[in-house]
Amino acid sequence: MLVIKNLKASINNREILKGLNLKINPGEVHAIMGPNGSGKSTLANVLSGKNGYKISGEVKYLGESLNDIPVEERAQKGIFLAFQYPLEIPGVNTNNFLKTSLNTIKKAKGEKEIDTIAFLELVKEKAKELGIDEKILSRQLNVGFSGGEKKKNEILQMKILDPNLIILDETDSGLDIDALKIISDGVNSSRSEKKSFLVITHYQRLLEYIKPDHVHILSDGKIIKSGTSELALELEKKGYKKLN
Amino acid sequence: MKNQNINTNQDYKYGFTTDIESIKAPKGLSEKSIKFISKMKKEPEWMLEWRLKAFERLKNLKEPDWQKPKYPKIDYQDLYYYSAPKSVSEKPKSLEEVDPKLLETYKKLGIPLQEQKRLSGVAVDAVFDSVSVATTYKEELTKKGIIFCSISEAIQKHPDLVKKYLGSVIPITDHYFATLNSAVFTDGSFVYIPPNVKCPMELSTYFRINASDTGQFERTLIIADKGSYVSYLEGCTAPMRDENQLHAANVELVALDDAEIKYSTVQNWYPGDKDGKGGIYNFVTKRGACRGKNSKISWTQVETGSAITWKYPSCILQGDNSVGEFYSIAITNNHQKADTGTKMIHLGKNTRSKIISKGISAGQADNTYRGLVDISRKASNSRNYTQCDSLLMGNKCGAHTVPYIKNKNFSSTVEHEATTSKINEEQLYYCNQRGLNQEEAVSLIVNGFCKEVLQQLPMEFAVEAQKLVGISLEGSVG
Repeated sequence: MLVIKNLKASINNREILKGLNLKINPGEVHAIMGPNGSGKSTLANVLSGKNGYKISGEVKYLGESLNDIPVEERAQKGIFLAFQYPLEIPGVNTNNFLKTSLNTIKKAKGEKEIDTIAFLELVKEKAKELGIDEKILSRQLNVGFSGGEKKKNEILQMKILDPNLIILDETDSGLDIDALKIISDGVNSSRSEKKSFLVITHYQRLLEYIKPDHVHILSDGKIIKSGTSELALELEKKGYKKLN
Repeated sequence: MKNQNINTNQDYKYGFTTDIESIKAPKGLSEKSIKFISKMKKEPEWMLEWRLKAFERLKNLKEPDWQKPKYPKIDYQDLYYYSAPKSVSEKPKSLEEVDPKLLETYKKLGIPLQEQKRLSGVAVDAVFDSVSVATTYKEELTKKGIIFCSISEAIQKHPDLVKKYLGSVIPITDHYFATLNSAVFTDGSFVYIPPNVKCPMELSTYFRINASDTGQFERTLIIADKGSYVSYLEGCTAPMRDENQLHAANVELVALDDAEIKYSTVQNWYPGDKDGKGGIYNFVTKRGACRGKNSKISWTQVETGSAITWKYPSCILQGDNSVGEFYSIAITNNHQKADTGTKMIHLGKNTRSKIISKGISAGQADNTYRGLVDISRKASNSRNYTQCDSLLMGNKCGAHTVPYIKNKNFSSTVEHEATTSKINEEQLYYCNQRGLNQEEAVSLIVNGFCKEVLQQLPMEFAVEAQKLVGISLEGSVG
């Protein structure tokens, strides 16, 4: 699904990722843990194609190099990033936004666009599955949403857009235990042989709900240790310093 | 055509008679050229006198210069004030001769082929669909007693109405451009809705034959008699091919007791090129009088074109309990400039006004909201609410808000809110990450910003206006 070789990324002449290697197979869930400033969010941004970074190395997605492919095309090819801080867009109805997004992606894939009635049914079904109140969808996109609602909305979008590679950027931060559970259930129920997840988090807590196949420790722009979910527990006990 | 060789000879003598199709008035602004216009239009004597009175007044007026956008001095003696529609032979013969960029925009807006031809000025056969459409509509309107025709026709067929109302909202002495228009206006629309009639359709210049080529000095007069209602759409959403640089139109609305007029404009004249060369000066005077009790006038405008837009559609709230509304979107890109807003003059008791203005600036453009809310001493219990929001794209553009508020009545209230924001890179990134490209993302965010105003437009207009909002800002980000 995703192969990263010797990825370096810098912004404003400051190198943040310093030669990162990672391979994610279809169906796998990988967790990336690391202290503040280790480059976790940069990795999420670079994978989604955000502008402003100077990049070297190679990122291959489904066998194709992602270098020079803009954000929207990556999204159309099935890369989804659940934002750490989802953006508010005043005046834009959440349903409309999501429908536009879904149809743009469908169009890029050469699929038939979905009409409003079918779309609303789809939304209703997915919201129900997730245990999310569908009323948030008739509100302006993320405007006045609570922290939990914003994150739930990200997961709902993930469900509807049906991507292949899902990157969760600290989706657990600032969530109460109920919201955390809804979100983890959403992720777990989406797991399949065709989908891969890259879960970026500070805390081991999330990994109690989403069981990763692999755990990597990111420190100073490199993966310094990889292992199974045991590694996350070990990290919790010892802290980042001692693993270094 | 046989007139072609005559056409090149511009030394016409007054009174020269030939096929009207190819006639131009003597160059320059003079009593002679005004008489020529009046004669060409076969106007009655009183109309000519009216024009000449305006011209007399004009001699003592100076062009205003307090607005923010400055422009090079216009030589009024170097203009033609009457130029009949172009002859067929001068027009582009097919769409292949039209600027491909213009056609590209039409395609994006989903304008039908026939309509594309009309907009770009391609010579179209006499048997053109919209002509027959117009005729059927006209029949239906006539049944209800509604008068909808060109102002020239109205001057001849309905002189009493014209005499009574023309210049009653914008007096011929008003200000330089309004007075100039009064002296030399060539054509425009006339609407009269009889008492207690709800006009069954949106009236639009689109359905009026000879709607195009009305020239740079358009004059429109709409009268809604007691208890009537009309919704009028002006202009079209596609860019108009036009050679006139200065547009100084006058629009007057009169609403009598319990009547309502809704006037919507989507203006997309040629804005000039990327470097700010060319483009239309859109200096328009629009004013409505809520003359009767419980009357209502609502202006909605989407201004995306023109090099300079300078206009303040206003409401004079004379009748008690009357309501004035102004909803505006002004988009300026590249080197475009807009100085626009409204005037709400509260004279009657319990009068209410609402102003929602959305200004969007991109490129090196400048956008000013300028508005006056004036509550007179007698306008007890009146209310105004004003909201001005500006959105900036990039670092080189400007947004300004200049509200003038005069409240002379203690029982009345005025509220003013203003915000300025910037399109946020992160918002664009978020939209991109959901598969939308840069232009789609900008269009989405800007449409969200303008939502309150877009909602005011009639359905079919709103869809095109939404697309237009995106197109006007193309290339302004990234």
